[in-house]
Amino acid sequence: MDTANNKVLLSMEDISVSFYTHRGIVKAVRHLNLKINKGDTLALVGESGCGKSVTAHTINQLIPIPPGKIESGKVIFEGRDLLKLSDKEIASLRGERISMIFQEPMTSLNPVFKIGDQIADVFMTHQDIKREEALAKTVRLLEMVKIPAPERRIKDYPHQLSGGMRQRVMIAMALASPEPGLLIADEPTTALDVTIQAQILRLIADLKRDINMSVLLITHDMGVVAETADRVIVMYAGRKMEEANVYSLFDNPVHPYTQGLLNSLPSNEKYTDSNRLEAINGTIPDLLTIGDECPFENRCPHAMPICREPFPSETKIDDDHSVWCHFVEGKDASPSSKLVYDQGRE
Amino acid sequence: MNMEKILEVKNLKTYFTLKSDKFGAEPEVVKAVNDLSFDVMKGEILGIVGESGCGKSTLGKTILKLNHKTDGEILYHGEEVFNLNDKDLKDLRKQMQMVFQDPFSSLNPRKKVGSLLAQPLQIHKMGSKQEIDEKIDRIMKEVGINPVYKGRFPHQFSGGQRQRIGIARALMLNPEFIICDEAVSALDVSIQAQVLNLLLDLHDKYNFTYIFIAHDLAVVEFISTKILVMYLGKIVETADKKELVKSHLHPYTKALFDAFPATNPKGRENRDPVLMGDVPSPINPPSGCYFHPRCPRAMEKCKMEYPPLREVSPGHKVACWLYE
Repeated sequence: MDTANNKVLLSMEDISVSFYTHRGIVKAVRHLNLKINKGDTLALVGESGCGKSVTAHTINQLIPIPPGKIESGKVIFEGRDLLKLSDKEIASLRGERISMIFQEPMTSLNPVFKIGDQIADVFMTHQDIKREEALAKTVRLLEMVKIPAPERRIKDYPHQLSGGMRQRVMIAMALASPEPGLLIADEPTTALDVTIQAQILRLIADLKRDINMSVLLITHDMGVVAETADRVIVMYAGRKMEEANVYSLFDNPVHPYTQGLLNSLPSNEKYTDSNRLEAINGTIPDLLTIGDECPFENRCPHAMPICREPFPSETKIDDDHSVWCHFVEGKDASPSSKLVYDQGRE
Repeated sequence: MNMEKILEVKNLKTYFTLKSDKFGAEPEVVKAVNDLSFDVMKGEILGIVGESGCGKSTLGKTILKLNHKTDGEILYHGEEVFNLNDKDLKDLRKQMQMVFQDPFSSLNPRKKVGSLLAQPLQIHKMGSKQEIDEKIDRIMKEVGINPVYKGRFPHQFSGGQRQRIGIARALMLNPEFIICDEAVSALDVSIQAQVLNLLLDLHDKYNFTYIFIAHDLAVVEFISTKILVMYLGKIVETADKKELVKSHLHPYTKALFDAFPATNPKGRENRDPVLMGDVPSPINPPSGCYFHPRCPRAMEKCKMEYPPLREVSPGHKVACWLYE
């Protein structure tokens, strides 16, 4: 972990986001802190409703307000609090310094314009250049994201491309700026076939290395995390449960939820000879009625009376590994303790 | 295990003809299921895995006669499914059930759970009202849903619970054979694990036979006893689960195993190169072996001729010229 503060590209401090619906207040994200260092990939991982996408949308201010409301906190990007910027200022940051790619690239591309023109538009929005020059840059960009025959492809419409190609176009569009800073990738490979997913993950990793871009990766898939992330935050029902360096998290997952999540994976090596999974019982609590206690309490195998008290504070496992859990707090949670998790497959 | 053959598929073909947009032009044909043959034994869990457009769902539907077939045979206990008259087919449907991917669209939103579950029994005129009620209670308990909720509507349940209701509905008629088409794909991992365990519990208790169709190799590898790998309407490799995991021969099967994200970041810098290219369109599949344009080990012969599915060791078949 870095000590010099100037390496931090983006930090979120005490972010809480709620949605005021006709059924009540949905507390989507609560008291979240995170930091993304320059050139790093931070993964936010969790199941549906854990608040991972809301967190990402808060950065870009894509939360619809109302019904959404940012209750507290700051989003510091290169020294500025994004939540205090005007609409115009944030619009100029979007696409230039902070770009986003989504799960379903078909719905993110305009079906009636050629892909080359759509990418060139991004160049022309943020830079004072002519269309011809923008198109030339577009071709170079498509080469970079490994689209074959880019001179011909710029004349294609989105429906003429496969799902993997469309996601490559989206990535190219996200890079269409002189200085890409942060790429927010919201489930970028969830809609893709597994061989295509492998290609896209490899591409994001290569680009990140080549142009020193930072990535905020939103995913539900622990496998995707293992393949791409540098740091990981495990979220559950709006709360941060565990945060660690990717190697530390997979070697020694400490939070009972993280352990349950890894145990739920049928690909986990411990299941080669067993024919039942160690599933987590129960379901995610209703975010409308949730209180201040640990939201995992009703499903946790280690739940204790104290778990109904307010949410626990941070327990440091080591320099680069923290967990928020009453059970761990009261225990020796060093890597040598019995909480050590059987290693996943290589 | 009883080695009774429950289902026999012989040279099955399901083609779809597309509308031609050019006047007088030959209409295009999608060969969704292209000459498949395999057997399913009683009590077996046959996993069918492949990427989108490989024909796995079409295959499942064709076996249940929810699709037409173009050619070939589907023998269920030795009887051709497509030759049955309506009455016999209705009887057959009691034994063969299907669990679908999306528990949001496969349950009628305007019916209460109790009546959704009673419907199959009413259609087949099985049991009095009281017997049906008792059965609903028993099956709901079996799939892990409290029977007091039978007055609720589907939208009042979570995705995992709805999938349990979908499974309960399939169980109402005491089937012996269940096709699960992406039955856990829409669920969160922690819920997916619960449903997989439930399917295995039911399998052990009733000796069900499953065909488990999924794109997720990890899920198929976990639940199946035998695996069939498909690519563009063809079987590329099939073997017992343990055999296939130990030695996958076809380059596509290998690519599928490699592409699957590991559950540990260790050694990720030194992974084999990923398989390039896209899945070709099933309308105009490549010449020869359909996989040759993406195959790292393609030879001259692969461009000319489709390789036959050949048995390389007992129960392990592969369609690849490398193993001729």
